[in-house]
Amino acid sequence: MAQAYSPGLTVTESIVLRKERILPLKGKVLVKKGDKVKAEDVVAETKLPGKVVPLNLSNKLGITADMVNQYIKIKPGQEISKNDLIAETKGFLGLFKSQVRSPITGEVENISKITGQLLLREPRIPVNTKAFIDGIVVDVIEEEGVIVENKSAYIQGIFGIGGETIGEIKVLVDSPEAILEASKIDESCKDKVIVTGALATFDVIQKALKVGVKGIITGGIDDRDLKKLLGYDIGVAITGHEDIDITIVVTEGFGEIKMAQKTYNLLKNFEGHKSSIHGKTQIRAGVMRPEIIIPTEFTVEELGTQEAKMASLEIGTTIRVIREPNFGQIGKVTALPEKLTPVESETLVRILEAELEDGKRITIPRANVEIIED
Amino acid sequence: MGSSRELKRIIATDCGSTTTKAILIEYVDGEFRQTVRGEAPTTVEKPLNDVTRGVLNAVTELEELARLKYDNPNIKFIKDNEILIMEDGVTGDTGVDAYVSTSSAGGGLQMMVTGVVARMTGESAERAALGAGAIVMDLIASNDKRANYEKIERIRNLRPDMILMAGGVDGGTTKHVAELAELVSAADPKPRLGSSFKLPVIYAGNTKAREAIKETLGDKVDLIITENLRPTLEVENLGPARDKIHDLFMEHVMAQAPGYNKLMSWTKGPVDGKISKIPIMPTPAAVGNIMQTIAKQNDIEVLGVDIGGATTDVFSVFTKEHIFNRTVSANLGMSYSISNVLATAGLKDILRWVPFEINESGLRNMIKNKMIRPTTIPQQLEELVLEQAIAKEALKYAFIQHKEFAVGLKGGQRKREISEAFSQSVSGETIVDMMSLDLLVGSGGVLSHAPRRNQAAMMLIDAFLPEGITRLAVDSIFMMPQLGVLAEISEKAATEVFEKDCLIYLGTCVAPVGKSKPDKVALTAHIELPNGEVFDEEIKFGEMRLLPCGVGETAKATLKPGRGLDLGEGKHQEVETELHGGVVGIVLDTRGRQPFELPAEASERVPLLKKWMKELKSYPEKILE
Repeated sequence: MAQAYSPGLTVTESIVLRKERILPLKGKVLVKKGDKVKAEDVVAETKLPGKVVPLNLSNKLGITADMVNQYIKIKPGQEISKNDLIAETKGFLGLFKSQVRSPITGEVENISKITGQLLLREPRIPVNTKAFIDGIVVDVIEEEGVIVENKSAYIQGIFGIGGETIGEIKVLVDSPEAILEASKIDESCKDKVIVTGALATFDVIQKALKVGVKGIITGGIDDRDLKKLLGYDIGVAITGHEDIDITIVVTEGFGEIKMAQKTYNLLKNFEGHKSSIHGKTQIRAGVMRPEIIIPTEFTVEELGTQEAKMASLEIGTTIRVIREPNFGQIGKVTALPEKLTPVESETLVRILEAELEDGKRITIPRANVEIIED
Repeated sequence: MGSSRELKRIIATDCGSTTTKAILIEYVDGEFRQTVRGEAPTTVEKPLNDVTRGVLNAVTELEELARLKYDNPNIKFIKDNEILIMEDGVTGDTGVDAYVSTSSAGGGLQMMVTGVVARMTGESAERAALGAGAIVMDLIASNDKRANYEKIERIRNLRPDMILMAGGVDGGTTKHVAELAELVSAADPKPRLGSSFKLPVIYAGNTKAREAIKETLGDKVDLIITENLRPTLEVENLGPARDKIHDLFMEHVMAQAPGYNKLMSWTKGPVDGKISKIPIMPTPAAVGNIMQTIAKQNDIEVLGVDIGGATTDVFSVFTKEHIFNRTVSANLGMSYSISNVLATAGLKDILRWVPFEINESGLRNMIKNKMIRPTTIPQQLEELVLEQAIAKEALKYAFIQHKEFAVGLKGGQRKREISEAFSQSVSGETIVDMMSLDLLVGSGGVLSHAPRRNQAAMMLIDAFLPEGITRLAVDSIFMMPQLGVLAEISEKAATEVFEKDCLIYLGTCVAPVGKSKPDKVALTAHIELPNGEVFDEEIKFGEMRLLPCGVGETAKATLKPGRGLDLGEGKHQEVETELHGGVVGIVLDTRGRQPFELPAEASERVPLLKKWMKELKSYPEKILE
């Protein structure tokens, strides 16, 4: 049978995780295979090329491009400092010389005889890559980075904003459908990753920012609050690079949606544990979902990744409804009729029948559920 | 081209960014027909990271449905996890003669182009890339007003799959072209996929500048030199550049995408009696292929749109010379980019198509939820109406972009005939003329899978505002890509299937152009319908009528637009014609064109929307009460 449904998001107490930690450009790897690393440790570093500053010498000196060579005082590859003399014309009887001085400190990249253009490059910018998760370096990719493995409790979110961060889990609500009040966030939440239930309101996010919370895990978020927070509307779902001091991981979707019980229970069980989270979301061309990673104890023998497999939809499979009506509810598949069936909107689709947690029986397009792996 | 007579059964797939669609084409009773289709989510991403898994899933569905259709459990298309191609031709229930595929998965082909003057060589380069099926991420031109350092930063950050450099007519500027090459060299751009190979750069500019380009870029990139795509201002020569783009797409981009090496080894079919490899085509290039074939064969002007999850492509063939244009609105789509439609059009413009109240917060959240879960389907009627309202705006904006792009060559001096001088046709003006357009074809989930075909007709009319007399159709399951690549091995099979199974004619839209008042007659229609009835009415301005006229049927019509209104023969001039039917029928639309206006006040607008939607039978009555 064809897989006409969304692959579910993973929520599990224990998984062997494998994370590639790769530099944006080739550089130096600082750890070796077998090393135990902490999330905060730098595992590789490099220097990004500096900004290129073009200067049109022939214009500046008032000469043709092929004459530039006669007056140039520098060579490609040479290091230069700000205000160093770059080129100078002979002038008339040693007078009326035109001079060009370097606007930056850096390096000479290229001098063109064809266009008379000089390219200078600013000094390189150091960047590093951290381990992001506590674990063991299982592989080193020469000059590029490492692969870190560990065993973790693991939750995939559906959407997020903000980059990688690390903090202790603190659950601030006593049920997955509760909505946190901003007043509950106090100094004790500083540097923590807080769990807010069915909604993280604008006030909650503002308070969290003020207190210095590292991350928020929430069932839902209102799109208007998100726009207010960022100052713009997210047009396409590529996130994780927002200029904000907090990471938000949404586990269910937009609007007020009860956090899946399993997700909530897991977070509650691991309250006080260190977690590595990020909000990076990309829904096409290299799908990426936000992650909550809570490292657990393990032995080296337990590592080694499992092969990816696609869970299948069968009678008895636990599913989550991912579109109205009944959005966010959990149920079990009771029938999988083969025939195309019309739904309220008159769309002819493949459907499934399910029984929700409250006993209600529903018929729903297969495309509107995702599988929850038990 | 192979002999199509030997072909009995062909599988064609299109690997889209969301869904992989497979169709089965069979030679039945002396003709090629599309008989079964299947689909499955594309698996180019994690966790499967292998496009062939999605292909096998889709073909498995095809196999199951073929078994059901023919009540024959022995039908088999897959063996050892591979599509089974019968080297000696199909004889029984097993295997196929050929397997072909197109692909836009993994974001399709993403390119950056350069030119000296943005509106001249730059635009030609853009046209070449778009025509080859690419998404143009940016056009860098000598005169684009950005400082050179900004251009360098931009090139570095883009990470395209390849760059197409044009600039300078033959014998023209070399300095500007060389300068652009220096900027590219300084940026040292890395390809999007796979960092281990050099970025392909195609140079299709001034032939005189070739040496300078080699000197500047030769060591840094994988430089390919081809003919100048704008040898003179009056001539565009896009073919060679397009061909190079296709070659590189296969060799570099596809080869880097997960599972594509395997897929490329699967796409095979008989060419000149021998089983040969059939290259995978970028989806939009295949669509362009088939659209041009149809326009030429029938000598008509065609406008096509494919609205996908992430992007909306508009294709057109206009003028007597059958000039083909394609645009991609990279951020207008119905799932990944749906939120951007909201940002582009604004809430007000989306809601102007909605005949009921909805709060802003609810709509915003619904749109974002569709963005993060792109494969879901509107189960509730209200959500369907909302999605279709969003689609109208996405289509409208994609079409605006297309009209701006599909223009005559700029900068050239050409001889003008007297008639042209009077019609004020100047270089650089859009060649999109809705009055002379013959056929408007829609495709993509929201149009093709609309539960009622009437909804597809309504979306096409509201978004494109066809003028005069225009036939409407949908590509039922967006088969055009598969047929475009199928044409590579059998044009006969491709055109037969296109005519019989691909297009579903919705009917014809009659829309007088101009403005009038609601109490004035906008159209006097005398139409002899195929059921024997005669439709006679003086239709007031601001109305819609739907008349029955089925697929393959025609109606003889005498149509006279009201004062100040035009149906193609001039203002207030009668037109006698035959109107073609379809699954929807004949739509008479007197709501006006140029301008088309909707009342700003909801209290005025909503009753009108309901009236039109009822007349068009777009939605169940219960939502229009």
